[in-house]
Amino acid sequence: MELILKNTGVNRIFVDGRFSYNLIDMNVGLFIPCYIDQLYPQVGIATLELLEKHGVKVSYPANQTCCGQPMANSGFEHLAHNCNRNFINSFASFDYIVCPSGSCTLHIKEHLHDAKLEAEATEIRKRIFELTEFLTDVVGIQHLNARFPHKVGIHQSCHGLRGLHLAQMSELMAAPFSKPGQLLRQVQDLELISLDRKDECCGFGGTFSVFEEAVSVKMGQDRVADHVNHEAEYITGVDMSCLMHLDGILKRKKSPVKVIHIAEILNSK
Amino acid sequence: MSSREKILAALKQNQPARQPLPDAHTGRTQPGNLKEKFIQALTDIGGKAVEAQGWKAIAAALREAFPAPAQIINTIPGLNSEFEILSSKFHPHDFRNVSPAILQGQFGVAENGAVWLTNEQMGDQALPYICEHLALIISQRDIIPTLHEAYDRISNSTYRLGAFIAGPSKTADIEQSLVLGAHGPKSLTVFILD
Amino acid sequence: MYVQHKSHAQLAEQFNRDAKRVDWHDETLWLVRIKRDRAASQVAEWEQLREAASQIKNNVLSNLHDYLLQFEQHALANGIHVHWAADATEHNEIVHAIIRKHNINHIVKSKSMLTEECGLNEYLHGQDIEVIDTDLGERIVQLAKEPPSHIVLPCIHWKKEEIGELFHQHLGTPKGNADPQFLTAAARAHLREHFLAGKLAITGVNFAVAETGEVVVCTNEGNADLGVQLADVHIACMGIEKIIPQRKHLAIFLRLLARSATGQPITTYSSHFQKPREGQEMHIVLVDNGRSRRLASDDFRNVLKCIRCGACFNTCPVYRRSGGHSYHTAVAGPIGSILAPGLDTIYLLPLPCVGRAPMFAR
Repeated sequence: MELILKNTGVNRIFVDGRFSYNLIDMNVGLFIPCYIDQLYPQVGIATLELLEKHGVKVSYPANQTCCGQPMANSGFEHLAHNCNRNFINSFASFDYIVCPSGSCTLHIKEHLHDAKLEAEATEIRKRIFELTEFLTDVVGIQHLNARFPHKVGIHQSCHGLRGLHLAQMSELMAAPFSKPGQLLRQVQDLELISLDRKDECCGFGGTFSVFEEAVSVKMGQDRVADHVNHEAEYITGVDMSCLMHLDGILKRKKSPVKVIHIAEILNSK
Repeated sequence: MSSREKILAALKQNQPARQPLPDAHTGRTQPGNLKEKFIQALTDIGGKAVEAQGWKAIAAALREAFPAPAQIINTIPGLNSEFEILSSKFHPHDFRNVSPAILQGQFGVAENGAVWLTNEQMGDQALPYICEHLALIISQRDIIPTLHEAYDRISNSTYRLGAFIAGPSKTADIEQSLVLGAHGPKSLTVFILD
Repeated sequence: MYVQHKSHAQLAEQFNRDAKRVDWHDETLWLVRIKRDRAASQVAEWEQLREAASQIKNNVLSNLHDYLLQFEQHALANGIHVHWAADATEHNEIVHAIIRKHNINHIVKSKSMLTEECGLNEYLHGQDIEVIDTDLGERIVQLAKEPPSHIVLPCIHWKKEEIGELFHQHLGTPKGNADPQFLTAAARAHLREHFLAGKLAITGVNFAVAETGEVVVCTNEGNADLGVQLADVHIACMGIEKIIPQRKHLAIFLRLLARSATGQPITTYSSHFQKPREGQEMHIVLVDNGRSRRLASDDFRNVLKCIRCGACFNTCPVYRRSGGHSYHTAVAGPIGSILAPGLDTIYLLPLPCVGRAPMFAR
């Protein structure tokens, strides 16, 4: 039995009671945010391995740089034109662009424009996916071969949640869902903890943490406390930037709780 | 050019292309037992519902709840043999000692425990707001599901004052502690006539 | 006078020096959000209502010119005086002229964020007219000479012990009594005297119906009604965006408003003022103050759809941890940051507020 996943060009083949994938023709460009490249290279490696493990052909365009989000968010989008051009040159040739960050993905999806290459920019805005939504919506993963025997709390990053709709927003009166949660539940021996406030912002917000230090720190402390109170061993999420903020707070508190990007968990064995 | 003309000219220039008016009837739920829902909603907002078999029962309940020398003011002909009927001898300031004022409501709303009445039922428009305690009377068949049906009933009628009253006057302005009787009535009883 | 304002960040830093108090503020407001979620979840068609309300407001904004004329025509026919104010100064002057005409120097006022925006209290104070804010929370901040820190919960930043001390100083309540029930009773007695003495009452407006020329005012305390019904003159002040087309649309807006604001199914009082009371004089002041300019902006027009439920405050993680006085606008909090006329910036942090605001459905 063979099912074609609409609009993705992906063939899913139903074998032995579960889906396997035929993604050979799909050309994926891996977009690794600058701070992951510089500070958390293991997240980039885990993302690559995870995708390849599921039959995705991945290339890493070596000329990629920062996507320009910090400038744009601070009101200097007009100074980020070179970032946009470079991004388009690096990624225009791919069927999909996949990125282990909700916030960088959203930035490209909403703000990538180029006066000369607008057609290419428009295509890229349609073809960029955050890692977990790519895995659930395009690859259609139903079974993960991963094991992570720990109590884990999910941090729902705002850009992923509200911009990309990776999970249901708690204030909407609508059926709940969570794409990161859906994947984590496939990880063997992983125990997902529940939180008092399941999608409260951590207070990082990029430049917000610089300009609004006091509130940013307090929000981070409160977010950490919710996870700690529910006995998390790890806090995971789709955005290393939020996790970096929480990690700073955990380390100052000398807490044994650790942060870990979701790609690392999904790739663990 | 007057401010009126200036504002209107600016609006004409600045308002976006016309957007259609949606169907105002989208989204209605039909609660099951309307009387039960109404009583529950009213209780939840600090009001009290009393089911009564007739005028005599209402009068007896009021006498019991507000024994003499409570000043009871009545605007309902059905109760005029029992209680003093509102007359023009009163100044609105006199109503501050009234416990309770008895007014006829036009209908009740099951989803929120509100009762609709207009100046026609109030006697004096200050009365329902200044009295110490308030009693409203509705008929069981006049309980409707939601505010949509409420405005269907109100339709294009005219009034000086039309009011939904839902429970006693209340505030939670001090540390979110709910206190009944902020400025208006300290209690609201709705009698539901069979 | 040029006032050097501290930045939001500086004021928030001050607020955060008392972490326990921040926790209390945060928890109190979060509880209001939970109440809202619970109330909304009991209405199966909640998201449909939000969408319908949003579309009605889109229609209003696209036809505001005609709706205002229609409203004016009906209000005049109902015997109401209608005034148009281009800006805050003109609004204050109109209100003052009505007060002066009646030789009054003491008025009662229920909650109106518009009069906050216009600085009416300060203006009238300068004209030797005493304004008594009659909403309990607003009276508390008025006695403390502060602006409200939240549009629905004006003194949410005050602890009951501090209110006890304030009332001890101003109302003569016993020192050390901080019981909300007792303090509310004391405020009731204090404000009752002002109601009985009030010859002129100012109210805000929640909704103004073009089709009928009526205005709807929602309170829990009944302070707007007491003020209006005991006064000879009623002035209702409203921003021009408060128009809705038809009376039946009130069903949608009233179903959303209180549930979003406090989690109540409806406010205690939803009063429809269609004609003045017999012998009463009623005025409506329609205020632009930057709104018509805002209407031209594709980016900021949506803010004119706001119904001031305050739900965005309660869900905003920044507001909860920085307090209403860290903002510099009459309306604090997230919505205030985009609502203030002439202000074309927006804080770039997260957007849970948008998912809660009834008016900004998708």
